[in-house]
Amino acid sequence: MMQVSSGGGEKKKGQKAKQDVRVDFTPMVDMMMLLITFFMLATSLSKPQTMEIAMPAKDKVAEEDQNEVKASEAITLYLGADHKVYYYEGLADLATPNFLTETDFSAEGLRTVLVERNRKVVDQVRELNTKKELNQVSKEDYETQLSELKSSKGTPVVIIKPMENSTYEDMIGALDEMLIASIGKYSIVDIDANDQIMLTNSGVALK
Amino acid sequence: MARPKIKRKDTWIDMTPMSDVMVLLLTFFMLTSTFLKPEPVTVNTPMSVSEIIIPDKNVLSVLISPKGQIFLDLDNPDDRISVLEAMAANYNIDLTEKEKYDFSIATSFGVPMQNFKQFMSMELDKRNEVLPQYGVPIDSLDNQFKGWVLAAREVKGKDMRIAIKADATTPYPYIKTVMGSLQDIRENRYNLITALREVQNPSAAAVSQE
Repeated sequence: MMQVSSGGGEKKKGQKAKQDVRVDFTPMVDMMMLLITFFMLATSLSKPQTMEIAMPAKDKVAEEDQNEVKASEAITLYLGADHKVYYYEGLADLATPNFLTETDFSAEGLRTVLVERNRKVVDQVRELNTKKELNQVSKEDYETQLSELKSSKGTPVVIIKPMENSTYEDMIGALDEMLIASIGKYSIVDIDANDQIMLTNSGVALK
Repeated sequence: MARPKIKRKDTWIDMTPMSDVMVLLLTFFMLTSTFLKPEPVTVNTPMSVSEIIIPDKNVLSVLISPKGQIFLDLDNPDDRISVLEAMAANYNIDLTEKEKYDFSIATSFGVPMQNFKQFMSMELDKRNEVLPQYGVPIDSLDNQFKGWVLAAREVKGKDMRIAIKADATTPYPYIKTVMGSLQDIRENRYNLITALREVQNPSAAAVSQE
C-alpha cells in the first residue's frame, strides 16, 4: 500500500498528524475497463486466412494440346443444394442407374473417399509433415517435396462442378477437401448440357 | 450518555493489482489485434484449413455480398486516386479535388460510375447509409468491375494481389460471374479469404476401418 507517514519517529507539536498519500486506483481501473472493452469490440484478433487459387486462362486451347484425363484417375464432383455432393469415379456410366453417389462434406463423407483414393500420397505427406515438425527438412525442401508428391503420377484428378444451387461455402469446402486429401490436380469446371441431362436423369435437382 | 465506541473498519480496497492486470490485458489487446475495417455489407467467410496469411499491402479486395453485390477496396490512398482518375476518364466524368480526396479516404467503394457524382455530393453519413444499396455493375452490358480491376492492375503493377471475400451463403452463380470476369481480363491467380478451421485428422476415419 502506498502509505507514507510524514513524521519521523518523534512528533513535534503543531505538526499535522499523519498525511495519508494513498492513491485511489478505482478511476484508473474504470478507465482501463473502458479501453479494453473498446479494443475488444473494435478490433479483430485473427487475421483472415486465404486460399490461393489459379484458374485456367479462358483462351481456347488447341484440341491436341489438351490433356486427356485418364478415366481411372478421374473423379467428378457435383456440388448441389443443401451442401450435398454427388460424385462418380472414372467415366460416366449412364447405363447403371445409380452410378452417382451422394455424400457430404463431413469427415466420413467425401474426405474418406478422396483420402482412400489418394492413400499413398496422403501417407507420404504425413511422413513429410512429421519430418517438418521435427525440423528435419528445411522450409524450401518441404515445399518442393510437397508439390512433387502432390503432382506425382497416378494421383487422382478431381473435377469440381458446382451447380447453380450450390453456395460459395460448398466451393471452398470442396477446395478444402483437396488440400486435406493432398490432391494436387483439380479444377473447377462449369456444368455443361450433358451434365444437366445426366443429373436430371439421376433425379438431382438442378436449381 | 456515552455511546458505545464502534471501531471504524477501513473498507479501503487496494486497486493497484487490479490496475496492473488491466494494463497487461490492454497491452495484449493493443498488440495482437488489428482494427476492423468497416464494410458496407457484413460478410461471414467460410472456414477452411488453409493457413496462408494474406499480405497487408498491395491487395485489391473484392467483397461479394450474399445478394451478389460487389464492393472493392484498395489500400494506398494515392493509388486509389490514380485508379479513380483512370476510371473517370473512361466514363467521361470530371472530378473535383474534394471528390478525389473523399474517395481516397473512404473505406470500400462500389457505386456505378453513372451515379458517382450524385453519390459523392452526399454527406459522409448519408453515403455510408446508401452504399449497401449499390455495388459495382458486373453484367455483360456494363462490366465496370473489369474496368476497376484493370485500372488497379495498371496502377499497382504486377505484384498486386486480388483477394475475394464472399459470404458463405452466396449462391455459386454470383461467384462464377466474378471469376469469369477475372478470367476474361487474364487475372487467373487470386486469393479466396477464409476463416481458419481446425482440420480433423485426414485419415482418422479411414484408419479406423483397417
